[in-house]
Amino acid sequence: MTIMVPRKHGDASDGMVGGRLSRFEGNLKVTGAATYALEYPTEGVVHAVLVQSTIAAGKVVAVDISRASAMPGVLLVLTPEDDLGLRAAGDWAGTAPKDEAYYPLPRNVQFNGQSIAAVIAESREQAAEAARLITVSYEETASVKDLEDPAAGEGKMMGNLTVGWGDAEAALAASDVTIEAEYRTPREYHVAMEPHGLIARWEGDQLTIWEPSQWSHGMARMYAEWFSLPLENVRIISPFIGGGFGSKGQPLAFGAVAVAAAKKLGRPVKLAVTRPQNFTSYGGRAATRQKIALGATKDGILQAIVHRGYSETSVYADYAEQTGAATPVLYKVENYSSEHRIVPVNTVTPGALRGPGKNPSSYGIESAMEELAYALGMDPLELRLKNYADHDYQSGKPWSTRRLREALTEGAAAFGWEKRSHEPRSMRDGNTLIGWGIGCGTFPVIRAPSEAMIRILKNGRVEVVSGSIDMGQGTYTILAQTASEALGVPVDQIDVLLGDSRLPGSAIAGGSMLAGSITGAVHKTAVAARDELIGLALSEAGSPFRDTGANTLSLAAGRVSLPRDDGPSLSLAELMTALGRDTLEIRRNTLSDDAQTAEDQRRAWTTMAKVMGPTMGEFSMHSWCAHFAEVRVDEDFGTVRVSRMVSAFDCGRLYNPKMVESQWRGGIIMGVGQALLEEGIVDARNGRTINNNVGDYLVPTNSDIPDLQVISVGVPDLNASALGGKGVGEVGIVGVAPAIANAVFHATGKRVRDLPITLEKLI
Amino acid sequence: MKDFSYVRATSAEAASQAALQAGAAILAGGTTLLDLAKCGVAAPETVIDITHLPGLSDIIVSADAATIGALARMSEVADHPSIKAAFPAVSESLSLAASAQLRNMATIGGNLLQRTRCPYFRDPGTFPACNKRAPGSGCSALGGVTRNHAVLGTSEHCLATNPGDLAVALVAFDATVSFAGKTVLVEDFYRLPGDTPDKETVLGRGEIITGIAIPASAAAKNSIYLKVRDRQSYEFAAASAAVGFELEADGKTVKDIRVALGGVATKPWRARAVEQALIGKTLSAGTVEKASRLAMEGAVAQGDNAYKIELAPRVVVRAIQQLALKTAMKTGGLA
Repeated sequence: MTIMVPRKHGDASDGMVGGRLSRFEGNLKVTGAATYALEYPTEGVVHAVLVQSTIAAGKVVAVDISRASAMPGVLLVLTPEDDLGLRAAGDWAGTAPKDEAYYPLPRNVQFNGQSIAAVIAESREQAAEAARLITVSYEETASVKDLEDPAAGEGKMMGNLTVGWGDAEAALAASDVTIEAEYRTPREYHVAMEPHGLIARWEGDQLTIWEPSQWSHGMARMYAEWFSLPLENVRIISPFIGGGFGSKGQPLAFGAVAVAAAKKLGRPVKLAVTRPQNFTSYGGRAATRQKIALGATKDGILQAIVHRGYSETSVYADYAEQTGAATPVLYKVENYSSEHRIVPVNTVTPGALRGPGKNPSSYGIESAMEELAYALGMDPLELRLKNYADHDYQSGKPWSTRRLREALTEGAAAFGWEKRSHEPRSMRDGNTLIGWGIGCGTFPVIRAPSEAMIRILKNGRVEVVSGSIDMGQGTYTILAQTASEALGVPVDQIDVLLGDSRLPGSAIAGGSMLAGSITGAVHKTAVAARDELIGLALSEAGSPFRDTGANTLSLAAGRVSLPRDDGPSLSLAELMTALGRDTLEIRRNTLSDDAQTAEDQRRAWTTMAKVMGPTMGEFSMHSWCAHFAEVRVDEDFGTVRVSRMVSAFDCGRLYNPKMVESQWRGGIIMGVGQALLEEGIVDARNGRTINNNVGDYLVPTNSDIPDLQVISVGVPDLNASALGGKGVGEVGIVGVAPAIANAVFHATGKRVRDLPITLEKLI
Repeated sequence: MKDFSYVRATSAEAASQAALQAGAAILAGGTTLLDLAKCGVAAPETVIDITHLPGLSDIIVSADAATIGALARMSEVADHPSIKAAFPAVSESLSLAASAQLRNMATIGGNLLQRTRCPYFRDPGTFPACNKRAPGSGCSALGGVTRNHAVLGTSEHCLATNPGDLAVALVAFDATVSFAGKTVLVEDFYRLPGDTPDKETVLGRGEIITGIAIPASAAAKNSIYLKVRDRQSYEFAAASAAVGFELEADGKTVKDIRVALGGVATKPWRARAVEQALIGKTLSAGTVEKASRLAMEGAVAQGDNAYKIELAPRVVVRAIQQLALKTAMKTGGLA
C-alpha cells in the first residue's frame, strides 16, 4: 500500500467516503463558538461543589455543616445523612437493576477522593468556599494503597480471562531459549481537556441534562433508572465533547448529586468537577503487573507463551484491565497459557482508558518479544515476521483481514530499519544515546447496531440525524460524507445533527465501534431515502419525471435527472416543490429484521446487549499496527526524548483519512505520555493521588512530540463494517509504550520494566 | 474561594500601606495567587492590584547593570535583546520556565515570590500538617512521596524545593532585589527553612518588591542556564544550573566562575565550593567533574529524591562543558 498523499481540495472524491475533508465543526471549536455542556445559558442556575474524602477507607461519622450552611448564598448542603431517593441503575450489559437504593454520597469511604458531600449555592465561589468549611469526622479503617502494597494479596482469579491451548508449561520447559520478565504499568488518567460536569434542569417530571457524553442514550437510561423515570423523560444533550477517552460513557456519582439537588431545589444546578476531583470521580487505567515467559527454538520459532497478569480494582466493584488481551492474537504460537487476577485496593473503580486491556497487554508481550530477540541474537523485526500468525490461534478462526505483515515491512522501510545496528548502545551522538524499537498493537473490531434518520427539506438541504456523538473523532464529518456518497448530494448541502438522546439511537462512542456502526446506519438510511425520493419522483402527480417512462432516476451532485440525462433535471429543492412536500423523512436501523420490537430497540441503544465481539461470526476481526520509534537518551541525565516515529496501520478502509490520521496521532501522543511521563502517584499513608492536577500529572507537550509519520496499509474489510472500515480510535496508542521502551533498551542497554521511563530509572 | 476586597493601588506608598493589613495579598501577574487561591492555600481578605503602578515595568540595560522593574513580564525580559546579550543565563532561565501563556502574564517580582510545588503544601484539605502553611503543624512530606523535594538546605521542618529558575540565575550573578527602600542580594533575600519554613524571604509585611538589578560582569555575559527534566517543556527542574565564567587572557585559566543550582534546594543555591575549586584552574574534564561533586556537600536524600544528588553535579558538568564549547567557538580556539 502507499503512504497517503493528501488530496487537493476539489478532488471529485472530496465529499465522498474516503475524502480528506476538514472537520465540519473545526471553525466553531477554534473560534470558541462551539457550546460545551457547562456553557449552556440556563436561567436561574445555581452551583454545586463536591466535598471529597481525605482518607482511604472508613466511615463518615459526622459531617459538620454548620459553618457552611451559614455562608452567604448557600441553598443546600447534601451529606450521607440525606436520602436522595435514588434507586440502583442497571449496568452496561443491560442486566436489570438491583432492587436497592443508590447513595451517591455514601457513608462508607472506600477510597481517598470519594464524593461524600456537596454544597449548592447561588454562585460557584460561594459554594466552593462553603464546601471548604465543611468538617468531616471519620472512623478510619485499614486500607490497601495499591497493587504493590504487601497487604494487597493475590486477588481474585478472573476465570473468564483464562486462555490456553497446547501445553505451554511443558513447551516452555522444552524450549532452547527462554526469557521471563515482569512488567508494570501505573495508574494512568484520561485528563481530557474538558473536565467532567453537568447542568441538570427539571421541568415537572422532565429532566434535561447537559453533560459531555460518549453515549447519550445509555446515559439517559441510567439517569432514568436512578430517578425512577420513564426513559423518554430524560434528555441528554451533548453536541460537543472536549475529549472523553473512555471517561464519559456513563453517568457518575456527581451527576446523581447534581440532578438530585436540582430536584430538591426546583432550580437548575450546574456542577463543575474540579481538576483534582476529576482524578477520583471516574477511575483511570488500573495499575497492572504481568509476568511473561516466552520459549523459542534456537532459530527463533516461538514455542510457548505463559502469561500471568494482575490489575488493581476497587474494593466495591470488579474491573479487569485485561493484561492478556493482546497477548494471544499477535503471534503464531502452539502452546499458550494466560491468567488474569484482579486485586481490590482502595481506589475509585478503574475505568476504560483508550485501548483498555490491549494497551498494557501489548506493553508486556511486545517488550518480552524484544527481550527474546536479544536472547536469540535476532533482529526484533525478523523475529516478529518469523512468528507471524496466519490465523487466530485463540479462536481458531481465520482473520477477516490482517495486514500486520505489511504494517511491519512498510513501516520498517519508511523508518529505515535496515540501517539499525543490533547491539545496545551502538548508536550515539555525543552524550546522546540513540535507540530504535518496535511495538505492535491491535484492537478488536467491535460491532453494534445503530439507527439514523435522513430528512430531505423543501429547501433542498439534507439533514443527517443521530443521537451519536462527536468527541473530536469526526462523526459530523464522516456522516455527511457517507450520506453524500449514498444520496449523490454534495456535503455542503448536508447538515448533521448529533449529541442528543432524543435523536435516533446509536452505539456508544467506545470500543472503537461508533464509526463502523453509525456509518452503516446512515448509509442504509441514505440509500432508503434515495430510493424513496426516486420512487416519489417517478410516481407522484406534479413530478416532471412521472410521464417520462423512466423506471429509475439518477441522483448526483444534488440533482435528480433521467439516467441518460436526456430530460428534466431538478435540484432537490425544485423536486421537493414539484412533489409538494415539506420534508421527506426516512428512519432506518441496522438491527436484524427479527429484532425490531420496541424492547429490542431500547436494549440496542441503551445497553451493550447487542454488541458483538471480534470473533462472533466466521472470522476474527481486528485493527493492527506497528510502531517504529527512535529515542534519544541523554547518557548523563537519563532523559528520554522521542525523536522520530513511523507507525503503520491496518484499520481497513478509512472513511476520512485526515480524521483518521489525527486520531492515530492522538493515540500515539498519549502513548508517548504513557511511556515516559504519566503516573498517578499515590501517598501510601492515605491513598491520596498527590499529583491530581495537570501541573504535576505530566502529559506530553508539543515539544515532546516529533513529526509522527502515519501510514495506512489497510484494505476494505466488509466483514468488519458496512463500508469496510475497522476501528481507528484506540489502536493508535496500543504498542507505542513498548516501541519506546524497546528503543530505550536499544539506546542504553537498560531494560525498564515499569512505566513510565523517568530519568531516575536510567541515570 | 473566599470573598475578598479588591483595591487598585494608585501609588507604591498606598499599595504598601494597604499591604500592611492582615490578609492582604499583592496582585501582579496573578499566576501564583490565583493558583494558590484555587487550591485553598491563599485566602486573601484584600487583593491589592499593583499592575497599574507606573515606572515598575522598565528594563534598562547599561554597561554596568541591568535594572528590571518588578512588573516587567517574564517573556519581555526573556526576549529583551540586551538581556540576551549581556545576561544569557537570565534570559534562558526565563524562557525555560513555565509555559508561554504563564510567561506572558507573570511578572519578575511575582516570579521571585512563587511558592513551592510541594504537593503537601498545595493540598491543605487532605494534608493539614505543613509548617510552611501552618507553623508548628508538622511536615507531611516527611515520610511521604519526595521525588521532587529538596536535598540541600532542608530541615526537619521542611523539605520543600524552591521552584524558581530566574532566581537561580540571579543568585549566580550577584543580583540584588529592591523593596521598601532596601536593596539586598537575591541570595540573602531567600531564607533557609530552619524552624520557620513559613518565612521564605526577608520581605517584611507591607513591603513590595520594586525591581531587581543584575551587575554586568564577564561571567554574566558568558553564561548559560541548563534545566533538566522528564518533560521537554512546562515542568519544574529535576535539577538545573546557572553557570557563567570568565577566563584569563591565556584563554584557559578560570578567572571568575559562578555556579548556582535549581530544583534541588530549599532556596536558589549558590555552589561556592564548586566555584572555589575551579578558580585558577583549567576546565579539564577531570577537574570539572571533581569540582562539580562539591555542589552536593551536605546533601540529604529522602529516598525518592536520592537521584538528585547524582544528577545535579552532572548538570553542572554539562553546563560548564556546553559553555566552554560556546566560549571556544566564539573565541575561535578550544579553551
